[in-house]
Amino acid sequence: MFLYDFTELTSTIHAGLETTFGEGLLTTTIEFVIAGIVYLLFFAVFGLFAVYLERKVCAIIQNRVGPNRVGPYGLVQTIADFVKLLMKELIPINNSDRFLFNLAPFIVITATFLAIGAIPFAPGLQMLDFDIGILYVTAVSSLGVLGILLAGWSSNNKYSLIGAMRSGAQIVSYELSAGLSLMTIIVLAGTMQFSQVVAGQADLWFIFKGHIPAIIAFIIFMIAGTAETNRGPFDLAEAESELTAGFHTEYSGIKFALFYLSEYINMFIIAAIGTTVFLGGWQPFQIPGLETFNHIMWYCPPVLWFFLKAFALIIIMMWFKWTFPRLRIDQLLKLEWKYLLPINLINLILMATCVLLGWHF
Amino acid sequence: MNAIVEYIKDVFGGMKSLLTGMTVTVKYFFSPGEIVTQQYPENRDTLKMFDRFKGNVYMIHNDQNQHGCTACGICEMNCPNGSIEVIAKQVVVDEKKKKVLDKHIYRMGMCTFCGLCVKACPTKTLAFGQEYENSVYKRSNLTRILNKPNSTLAN
Repeated sequence: MFLYDFTELTSTIHAGLETTFGEGLLTTTIEFVIAGIVYLLFFAVFGLFAVYLERKVCAIIQNRVGPNRVGPYGLVQTIADFVKLLMKELIPINNSDRFLFNLAPFIVITATFLAIGAIPFAPGLQMLDFDIGILYVTAVSSLGVLGILLAGWSSNNKYSLIGAMRSGAQIVSYELSAGLSLMTIIVLAGTMQFSQVVAGQADLWFIFKGHIPAIIAFIIFMIAGTAETNRGPFDLAEAESELTAGFHTEYSGIKFALFYLSEYINMFIIAAIGTTVFLGGWQPFQIPGLETFNHIMWYCPPVLWFFLKAFALIIIMMWFKWTFPRLRIDQLLKLEWKYLLPINLINLILMATCVLLGWHF
Repeated sequence: MNAIVEYIKDVFGGMKSLLTGMTVTVKYFFSPGEIVTQQYPENRDTLKMFDRFKGNVYMIHNDQNQHGCTACGICEMNCPNGSIEVIAKQVVVDEKKKKVLDKHIYRMGMCTFCGLCVKACPTKTLAFGQEYENSVYKRSNLTRILNKPNSTLAN
């Protein structure tokens, strides 16, 4: 069926383009453009919805109502906000490094683009399938900090600079934890290719397959992932109470919107990686042995399964943000270097032992 | 060895305290019954201000159109902004001259709702109302005369 396997759809488009434009550069370019537009549309729609979701979740947690004036249940609120941001003036800053200042938001958004390309949404719905997919995503998603550093540096503002430097310190340390927790699962999966990782979870998700070490790795990954997206309680880079708005203090209009959007897309990327690596990607929930149950689970199409799990993780990250107070910079680094990293290393050894001795399901 | 035990205790203690916090918020998430936000223009008919709300200053009158103001002027003296003006008049009652209240002028536009007049009133005849829709089209509309027409001093 259409929603179950996208391979047929993509190959039909490919064949159609080949017959019209012939094999070669032109077809490839058109395919690239189509994929780019699809991702761009997805970014826009997802960004608008995620901002709405965040505001609503935060409101409910704080016993408020949240956006409820524009459209039914305030659904159109974020679109109205976006239109407002589009029409706002782009304020040039005196003595700022104009080139880097304008470049920074695009680096941030490019990094998110590069990362999302490798994520499998459904069978056949994946742009790049490297055999080092996980390494590629972790490498590329940390490029975003370059944009944040540039934004802080070029703004000619002490708050921006401090925010950017904090963000740098944060990413450098938490990238380790995120990488090592993914490594734990790579040991179990035996591959770095996303499609293989998902295929390996057809009978049971890795978080259940790897039991204790996998669950520890998942918790560490969620903590490190939240830190990497610069979201609360790790939002030191934009600590409102200390640094006005951190690295994007001087940005306005659409450039600010790009930073804002990239925060939510990054959150989605972390949730998507978490889903793919720990929670079975687009694989439905399966329990070996229960044939009828497994069959019923397949009635929900894989795309929906993927987004269901991703949004569950996103809501967990929002739950973090609106529960915990912000960490101080020394607490942040202490948490990483004194707690997460040693636990992670021990966990990696534990997982290796489990795999070697066959102590997994 | 002791340090390691402390370390493990730290990890689990931290996890426990984080989970405690998360249960609190998740409770609120699934029981949004106690939403404190008032959706103002819709609930205009039912919205009731709480007792200690400092709305407009008004003068308490009883059902015989009598108030307790003796025109002593303490409220006027206490008002930091000079938003109160007490105008008294002399009337002859039983061949004795007596000072009674003519107009108690209250300029809401200058009032900061500090409550010093209400606190200082010796006869407890000034009070805060519950009115909250105080916007008017002209500034002169903010000047009010607090004693009702033809009201007299209560005995």
